[in-house]
Amino acid sequence: MSRHLAVGDSERRVLMARHPEIFSPPVQRLLLLLGLPLLLAALAGYSVWRLDFSIARLGTGLVHLMQFLAMMVPPSPGPHAGTFLHALVETLAIALLGTLTAATLAFPFAFLAARNVIPNFFVHVLARRFLDVIRGIDVLIWALVFINVVGLGPFAGVLAIAVSDFATFGKLFSEAFEGITRGETEGVAAAGGGRLAVIRFAMLPQILPVIASQVLYYFESNTRSATIIGIVGAGGVGLHIAEQIRVLDWDRAAFLILLILVTVAVIDAISTRLRLAMTGKATIAA
Amino acid sequence: MTWSVGHRPSPVPLLPPEQLAPLAGSYRAAVAAKRRRTAVAAAALLAAVVVAASGAEIDLAKLIHNIHRLPLYLIGLIPSLSWDHLAADIGEWFWNFDRWLKLLIDTLLIAYTGTLIGAIAGFCLCFPAASNLSRRPLMRFVVRRFLEFCRSVPDFVFALLFVTAFGLGAMPGVLALAIHTTGALGKLFAEVVENIDMRPVEGVTAGGASGVQMIRFAVLPQVAANLASYALLRFEINVRGAAVMLGFVGAGGIGQDLLEAVRKFYYTDVSAILVMIIVTVMLIDLGTERLRHHLSGLERP
Repeated sequence: MSRHLAVGDSERRVLMARHPEIFSPPVQRLLLLLGLPLLLAALAGYSVWRLDFSIARLGTGLVHLMQFLAMMVPPSPGPHAGTFLHALVETLAIALLGTLTAATLAFPFAFLAARNVIPNFFVHVLARRFLDVIRGIDVLIWALVFINVVGLGPFAGVLAIAVSDFATFGKLFSEAFEGITRGETEGVAAAGGGRLAVIRFAMLPQILPVIASQVLYYFESNTRSATIIGIVGAGGVGLHIAEQIRVLDWDRAAFLILLILVTVAVIDAISTRLRLAMTGKATIAA
Repeated sequence: MTWSVGHRPSPVPLLPPEQLAPLAGSYRAAVAAKRRRTAVAAAALLAAVVVAASGAEIDLAKLIHNIHRLPLYLIGLIPSLSWDHLAADIGEWFWNFDRWLKLLIDTLLIAYTGTLIGAIAGFCLCFPAASNLSRRPLMRFVVRRFLEFCRSVPDFVFALLFVTAFGLGAMPGVLALAIHTTGALGKLFAEVVENIDMRPVEGVTAGGASGVQMIRFAVLPQVAANLASYALLRFEINVRGAAVMLGFVGAGGIGQDLLEAVRKFYYTDVSAILVMIIVTVMLIDLGTERLRHHLSGLERP
C-alpha cells in the first residue's frame, strides 16, 4: 500500500493470516463496492444523454454566466429601493403569519393524529393520511390554488404557507405528543388530576418547548420559501427577483439576492439564540 | 420545625411561618418574573402579527367572501368517473399519460443527476470544512462560506439564473439542484465527519498513511452509511423540487405541464399530473426510507 508502512513484512503476514476477511473481502462485498459506483455512473450517463447535455451549451452558458456576474458588480437597487424593501417586509410577514396560522391550526389537529392521546386506530390513521396528502402537494401549487381564491398578492402566499405547513406541523406535533414520557402523566393522574389536568400539567410542559422550537425553525425556513412563492405571483420578494432576472437587470437582481442572504442570516442568528434559550429553559424545568 | 399539618403528621418537614414567608415571597417573585417575561414576549409577538397582517394585505372579509371557491376548485379537480365505463374514464383522465410519464422520468433523472453531482461535490468539500481533519483555518473558512452561500441562495434563483445563461431545458435545472445540494450536503457531511472517533485516524496516520489513505481507511468506514443516508434524503427533497419548482421557471421536468394546466384551467389535467407526482414522490419516499433503514442498520459495528 504505502512506502512508509510501519509494520514489518513478517508482522504483516501474521496480520493477514489472522484477519483474512479484511484483506480479501467476500465476493458479494467486492461486487457491491465495484458494481454500485458503476451503476450510479451508468445511470448518470444515461440521464446526461437523455436530458440533452452538451459541452457546447455548457461552454456558452458559462461565458454568459461570467458576463452576468460581471454585470452584478456593484449590486444596486436602482430607483426601486423602496419597492424592494417593502417586498422584503411582505416576505417576512408572509412567513410569520403563515407559520403562526399553521401552528395554531395544527396544534388541536395533532391530538387526533397522536396515538397516545386518541387511542382510536381509525381516527389517527385517517388524520395522518389526510396530513400526508396535503403535505404531498407543493407549496407552490397551494399558492396557485389560493390565487384563484383571494387573488394575486401576499394574502394568497400566507394561506399557501399556512396550509402546507399545517400538514408538516400536524405530523411533527403528533410525533412530539407521542414522545411524551408516561411518568409525568401517570403521576398527575395518580395525584387525582383529571384528563385536562394531565394535558395541562404533564403533557404541555413536555411538548411546548419542542413545539416552540419547531415553529421557530419553520419560521426560519419559511423566510426562504416565502421568497419562492413570489414566482407565481403570491407576493414577496421572489416576484421582483424573477422580474429583474428576466429583464437582465443584473445589479438589481444581485441587490435582491444579497438582501435575502442578509435577512436569512439575521433571522437564523436570532432564532438559533431563541431556540437555545427555550430548550435550555426546558432542561432546567425538567 | 413542625412535623405536622393541622392534626395529621406530615412526611415532609414543614418550616415555621417566619422562615417560610421569605421563601414563599421569592417563589412568588420568580413566578411573577416569568409571567412578566411571557407577557412581554406575547405582546411583542402580537405587535409583530399586527404589523405583518397589514404588510401581507390580510383581508379576512375577502377570504370569507371567496372561501367557497376553494371547495369548488378542489371539486373541479375530481374527474368524472363512473362505474360502468371506469377504464375508459380513467383513460380519458390520463389522456396524455405517455407524455407525462416521459416528463416524470425526466424529472427523476434531473433530481438524480443533480443529487449525484451535489453529493460528490459536497463529499469532496466536507473534509476541508470539517474542523477535526482540516489543518488550515483559512481553507476551512473559505470552504464553509462557500457552502453557506450555495445553500442560502434559494434554489429557484439559481434555476432562473441558469435558465437565462444556458437556455431553457433540463441542464440548468440539474445545475441549480446540484449547487444547492452541494451546500446542503457539504454542511451535513462535514458535521458527520466532525463526530467521528479520532482514534482510527491517529492510528492510520501514525502508520504512515497519506491524507487520502487516512480518509479511505479511517474516516470512510465510520461515515459511509450516514453520508449515503443523507444523500438519499436529499434525493427525496430534490425530487419534490424538480417536480414542481424547476418546471415553473422553465428548467425542465413535469412542472411545466402542471403550470400550463393550472394557468389554462384544465382542471382534470391538473389532478392527473398531481396524482402522478404524488404517487411517484410516495414511492420514492418509501424506497429511500427502506434503504435508509437498511443503512442505519449497517452503521452499528
